[in-house]
Amino acid sequence: MMRLELVKRPQRSALFSALSPFIAFALTIIAGAILFALLGVNPLTAFRIYFIEPISQVWQLHELAIKAAPLILIAVGLSVCYKANIWNIGAEGQFIFGAIFGSAIPVLFPQFEGPLVLPLMLLLGMVGGAAYAAIPAFLKTRFNTNEILTSLMLVYVAQLFLDWLVRGPWRDPQGHGFPQTIQFGDSAVLPELMPDAGRANWGFVFALVAAVLIWILMGRMLKGFEVRVLGSSPRAGRFAGFGLSRMVFFAFLLSGALAGLAGISEVSGAIGQLQPVISPGYGFTAIIVAFLGRLNPLGIIAAGLVLALTYLGGEAVQSALGISDKVARVFQGMLLFFVLGCDTLIHYRIRLIGLALTKQEGAAKLDAAPKLKEAR
Amino acid sequence: MSANHDGANLLEVRGLTKIFGTLTACDHIDLNIAKGEIHALLGENGAGKSTLVKMLFGSLEPNSGEIFWNGQAVRITSPGAAKKLGIGMVFQHFSLFEALTAAENIALSLDDGSPISSIAAKARALSYSYGLPLDPDSLVGDLSVGERQRIEIIRCLLQTPQLIILDEPTSVLTPQEADKLFETLERLRSEGKSILYISHRLEEVKRICDRATVLRHGKVVGHCNPREETAASLARMMVGNEVQAVVRAPVEGIETAQPLLEVRGLTRKPATPFSIPLKNISLNVRAGEVIGIAGVAGNGQGEFFESVSGEVLQQDVASVRIRGKDAGGLTITGRRLLGAAFVPEERLGHGAAPRMKLSENLLLSRHATDGKAFVGTGGMVKSGAIYAASQRIIEAMDVRKSAPDPEAAALSGGNLQKFIVGRELDRRPSVMVVNQPTWGVDAGAAAHIRQALIELSRSGSAVLVISQDLDELFEISDAIAVMHNGELSKPMPIAEATFEKVGLLMGGAEPGHAEHTLETA
Repeated sequence: MMRLELVKRPQRSALFSALSPFIAFALTIIAGAILFALLGVNPLTAFRIYFIEPISQVWQLHELAIKAAPLILIAVGLSVCYKANIWNIGAEGQFIFGAIFGSAIPVLFPQFEGPLVLPLMLLLGMVGGAAYAAIPAFLKTRFNTNEILTSLMLVYVAQLFLDWLVRGPWRDPQGHGFPQTIQFGDSAVLPELMPDAGRANWGFVFALVAAVLIWILMGRMLKGFEVRVLGSSPRAGRFAGFGLSRMVFFAFLLSGALAGLAGISEVSGAIGQLQPVISPGYGFTAIIVAFLGRLNPLGIIAAGLVLALTYLGGEAVQSALGISDKVARVFQGMLLFFVLGCDTLIHYRIRLIGLALTKQEGAAKLDAAPKLKEAR
Repeated sequence: MSANHDGANLLEVRGLTKIFGTLTACDHIDLNIAKGEIHALLGENGAGKSTLVKMLFGSLEPNSGEIFWNGQAVRITSPGAAKKLGIGMVFQHFSLFEALTAAENIALSLDDGSPISSIAAKARALSYSYGLPLDPDSLVGDLSVGERQRIEIIRCLLQTPQLIILDEPTSVLTPQEADKLFETLERLRSEGKSILYISHRLEEVKRICDRATVLRHGKVVGHCNPREETAASLARMMVGNEVQAVVRAPVEGIETAQPLLEVRGLTRKPATPFSIPLKNISLNVRAGEVIGIAGVAGNGQGEFFESVSGEVLQQDVASVRIRGKDAGGLTITGRRLLGAAFVPEERLGHGAAPRMKLSENLLLSRHATDGKAFVGTGGMVKSGAIYAASQRIIEAMDVRKSAPDPEAAALSGGNLQKFIVGRELDRRPSVMVVNQPTWGVDAGAAAHIRQALIELSRSGSAVLVISQDLDELFEISDAIAVMHNGELSKPMPIAEATFEKVGLLMGGAEPGHAEHTLETA
């Protein structure tokens, strides 16, 4: 009989804290190689197709930026929540509501054109995401409900609401019955950064700006200090005069607004209309991005690019090797698993306790006891 | 010493030591518990009582030392092993499921597959025979705290232990319930069972315990027969007699000085079943004086501190007044802006965020009061300014540290306390409220902190010190009030106060409370 115990380390190793994401990535690669081998594919070929080929040309880098933009935008918002020890798991729903709110202008007022349209859409997108995030925040502060459950459940509500919208009231009348809205007008489309080189749009710029702003907020500003104090020692936060309820709203509204901005950017940039499904799980993958980036906005930029690559690679292995693109989800899951595992082992070490061993030691003690007495 | 393993003692502990990092929580503890005795384990908070019993109950492993059970050396590796030997424990905080019945809760811990009905019948029989009537079919959620404790005791007795460890059992009981408990304990003793009774309530110990072992700073400082001691002599053993050279100049004309902190009829309902209600507390602290509040831990000091500091707001805004202004409705930030400063009892996690640097911890309590100095336009923190200010405090308070700006958790308790006190003194607050200023702090640092508090008062501030350390209060206070069971006695001028008088009030033996007749349940 063996027992496993986690023992807190007195000191965290700074070196391994920094290395942890890389170790996790390496472990993911090893596990991935085993996975590919079991699927009957040469791991080296698979890795080349999965990780190298999707980013070997300029236009492909643009595709990477398109995928990374929503991940980074959502993840920097989530990092604030998680630093505050507030568990917003519902960014996917806030993403969808941002998309719905922002799309209201091009869908309901298609004749409204001009330079004002896009800023208004983006603003509405942020409002939509924040408003949807306010629901779990309200429930938590008012009724002390668990925000993990409420925010997660609201994702499914949002997905079904979007589905109903595009099949019902917002369906394109000229769309041959397809469940989608009208194509957005020109002034409602998020412009591409370098149209000649690829499709990447301003969403990526928003993501980078948001990451830098949140980095300044968390590292340099009193508000960020408040987030960190309340997250790490709530009682000290109360002693400092920081309100926990206010913080719950702040974190949810901020992360909701950023998820909403990601949603409307995705719809007005990469997609150009509302469809029943507008996200391959960005809101959930962003949770992995946030942790892989060590909840540091700059780290999140790098992590966002890595996770975006898992999407592209998943598509690539599907078309090249006929492997299900669900393999992308598997990679994302493994990555999160190893990241959290590495982080746990930085804070704790594992102690194996064999029960047989303790018995022996006990017997040894019994033997030693009389001798000790004699010695006295 | 070696001859004594022949069964006269049920439990013997030799040189038991437990080290946490740099802290030796238990330092070569020796303890004998005879069959059929009630043995008291006495000591202040942090003296090592809990660590010791956790080792006896198998939830902590000792670093060194031996435990003999009926003369046999044993290793107690888990609570399960302790139960098997015949050691049962009743914890201070209960572990019961409120949504289950008493019998179901007992069945869960017995874990031997016997049907609930037979357990209920056994529990009922046992409870009546020991004078602890209990209905096994009642839901725990509907029971009073005293009744819940009975479940824990019955649960423990069902395992027919030879040694029962009771951790502060009366801290949650009414006096009547406590009397009932004492009858039960005496009954158990007459049946030859041994009881290890952990408490810091001296009168109780004198009343029911046959022998006592006193711990201080992790060491055994004495074994005695509590019946032959006085409460004062027991207290002296617990607290020790270290003499510090703290200078307290007498204050002149304090009666006419202006009160800077006024507490008027402060009342607070208990927030949880384990917290103490505050009953009509009134107190004035004038400019230039130090008022001490004595009392045994858990008599409402924490609740009082939270109420005065504004971590908990008052309905009656006039029940706390700072510098002549109603502050009952103000948050802790609002009260700080009126000139008040606070030092809580817990250092890590309350007074300081453990994983943050000292400079950041400076910001913790001073981001509002020193907003201009420390926070720039747009909410940007001036890291240079907070670093400089924290270095100033470190210098002034002689804080010893290993790095220029270490994390709070990296400092020793005493040095962190010096920083936390210094952080507030640096503001020159007109009202200073400190809870346990030198708890667990070494003598040198303690003297430094005490002297600093006296000097603050002499420069015209009002200082209120809540402490369990009577020596400390006698050293620094101009008057001492005593908190007992959520009530506060009238402050006694230091010239009239004696250890005995204060001790009696602490034990609640003598009424002496101004508002005693107003007491409500």
